[in-house]
Amino acid sequence: MSASSISFYILSAFILLSGLLAVTAKKIFRSAIWLLFCLIGIAGLYFQMQMEFIAAVQIIVYVGGIVVLIIFSIFLTQKSGLEMPKPSFLRMFISFIAVTLGFIFTYSLIHKYGFKTVSSSPIEMSVSNIGSQMLSTTEHGYVLPFEVVSVLLLAAMIGCIVIAIKIKPEDK
Amino acid sequence: MIGIPLTHVLLVSTALFFIGTYGLFTRRNMITMLMAIELILNSVNINFIAFNRYLYPDKLNGVFFTLFIITIAAAEAAIAIAIIINLYRSHQSIDVQDAEEMKY
Repeated sequence: MSASSISFYILSAFILLSGLLAVTAKKIFRSAIWLLFCLIGIAGLYFQMQMEFIAAVQIIVYVGGIVVLIIFSIFLTQKSGLEMPKPSFLRMFISFIAVTLGFIFTYSLIHKYGFKTVSSSPIEMSVSNIGSQMLSTTEHGYVLPFEVVSVLLLAAMIGCIVIAIKIKPEDK
Repeated sequence: MIGIPLTHVLLVSTALFFIGTYGLFTRRNMITMLMAIELILNSVNINFIAFNRYLYPDKLNGVFFTLFIITIAAAEAAIAIAIIINLYRSHQSIDVQDAEEMKY
């Protein structure tokens, strides 16, 4: 085993352990912190696959944006020191069975399929390559989804403001 | 990285997906359910990146799909939190069992 594969297995064990703790922790704030560690571990996985740009986007958007948003909303809506009520044993048992069966089914499909790894020369994953293909209007360009996503972000921003706005009751 | 078989990366992403599904099934608090959805979306991203890296190393399509998924996840989290805060204002609770006016 080489050093990179050892670090891959350590990293994936870290990701799975912190993900598992994020969905089973008793206090909601601890759950958010475990989610933070899990996302950082996934960014490390991207670094190991030599996708530095995606890893940077993962850290900026998820770790710097979404987790901070979640922590803010925890402080706004919850008493974060209290323990959450435990789910009933029957629900935990049934969902554990369902999840285990689904995992075994999916992994047996993956295991049987046998992916053929191709050995074509890899493209350079530089930011200039990604940017020029994303904004090109030729056959494999992604400029239309880019524009659609920008409209979607604008719509989401306006929607957030409209939903969360506080309408003052007219006192007369 | 190329010494690791693709199925091991897919094992990690499949396990992460079903961990997120377990959280979605068992939690009744809206913020923790949102966290479980984030875990599921991240496992899909790992899949896209791994397929791009191992099967089509001369293309960039998986990178673009991952970027768009991250963007949409950010928009979805922002809207979900706006809805949660609004629900907390009207119900004083963000448990999904307490918001059942439209159930029947």
